[in-house]
Amino acid sequence: MKLTLKIWRQKNASDKGGFVTYPVDHVSKDMSFLEMLDVLNEQLTEKGEDPVHFDHDCREGICGMCSLYINGKPHGPLQTTTCQLHMRSFNDGETITIEPWRAKAFPVVKDLVVNRSAFDRIIQAGGYVSVNTGGVPDANEIPIPKTVADLAMDAAQCIGCGACVAACKNASAMLFTSAKISQLALLPQGQVERKTRAEKMVAQMDAEGFGACTNTGACEAECPKGISITNIARMNREYFSAVVSSENV
Amino acid sequence: MSWVTKTLKSTLGRKLIMALTGLFLILFLTGHVSGNLLLFKGDGGEAFNIYAKFMTTNPAVKILSYLTYISVIGHIIYSILLTQQNKSARPVGYAESKASTNSTWSSRNMGVLGTIILIFLVVHLQGFWAKMHWGEVPMVTYGEEEYKNLFLIVSEAFKQEWLVALYVVSMGFLGFHLSHGFASAFQTLGLNHKKYSPAIKAIGQAYCIVVPVLFASMPLYIYFTS
Ligand code: SF4
Ligand code: FES
Repeated sequence: MKLTLKIWRQKNASDKGGFVTYPVDHVSKDMSFLEMLDVLNEQLTEKGEDPVHFDHDCREGICGMCSLYINGKPHGPLQTTTCQLHMRSFNDGETITIEPWRAKAFPVVKDLVVNRSAFDRIIQAGGYVSVNTGGVPDANEIPIPKTVADLAMDAAQCIGCGACVAACKNASAMLFTSAKISQLALLPQGQVERKTRAEKMVAQMDAEGFGACTNTGACEAECPKGISITNIARMNREYFSAVVSSENV
Repeated sequence: MSWVTKTLKSTLGRKLIMALTGLFLILFLTGHVSGNLLLFKGDGGEAFNIYAKFMTTNPAVKILSYLTYISVIGHIIYSILLTQQNKSARPVGYAESKASTNSTWSSRNMGVLGTIILIFLVVHLQGFWAKMHWGEVPMVTYGEEEYKNLFLIVSEAFKQEWLVALYVVSMGFLGFHLSHGFASAFQTLGLNHKKYSPAIKAIGQAYCIVVPVLFASMPLYIYFTS
């Protein structure tokens, strides 16, 4: 395959940045999208140019690092992570536009790499369970209905990739935050900090400068892990009931 | 900051206000459209004029009307606050966006639709509501009692093609606004449930067609029958 890549290049956070067009040749349909970028970067390195910086780690769809906005959609045309996207999803001769996630809370570090530590700070604000350490408990000591366990597992699938923020017209982080709040609110272990968690995580989400959800459903449609917006409804319930009933004034 | 102001300043608190005021306005629209169906009665406006007097003098309706004004104003103010916040959340936009593949047009353009409805509302209130409250309205007597002949005002107004057209087109925009707003309000309130959400969505889709069509048919009916 022969492709034309229109890639966002930006030297650092304060650089204005702009698109640079690169032709790439000999791309196999079986390559992953990141492997295709590796090919481009090898060519650039051989020419003594600065390779295109992009985030990636596991390359197997579980770490959530590969944040690329491809042809107008987060993670490209399929509902998957960029590392799990293959070149067979594109046509020979196509021009592919690659941009970083765009959000005030995700500032560009360099080229396509954005800083997503805003997500980490939301987790630090309350996305944990304070457990007293001790012996390993026996399995099934705490009964959890299968249906509840399934819902919690579904929410726990979120890999923090940020595609929900990237897809949302308001750059809202509500799908992410709601998945994290839901996961713990559903399980018995999460009850102790339940109210404070909802309040603190929502407050941190707002403080980071993410937008407010307008229920367009774009996040759910683009989330590589199929996180449902029913989690956002749950977060709203958790938050509203927390603010009226918690001891935090 | 007290917990109340803190909550109302949060994104979720602001959304809650949008949802509650929006739902109240949906209730208002339901009442408004039902009452105005009297325009179709073909009795020279008697039933409509009697109903209009009741609506402007009954104390319970007064309270409802104040709630409606508050809802309209609250809905507008909070939509501006949220829109500003949402705009600033993405200072640099995308060069290419395929948003139509992941969301409906109405859901992405609620602000635009709302602004058009607001412009319509100004024209609408000026033409009827302000006239009814403070303008010169000819009187009509049914039995012993005197009534403002609002039916006459309405029938005169809808002899003008441009006004009829404006009303019909505006109701189209209202329909699109409701097509997202109805179900969206429930989602914001946290009311998303396997059992009820399909029904809420279905009612919302029916509502966003039936109510604007009924509203739009009123000026059309008057235009073609007078
Ligand atoms: S909710 Fe989905 S899109 Fe958002 S961060 Fe988690 S996995 Fe990514
Ligand atoms: S690189 Fe880990 S999910 Fe794509």
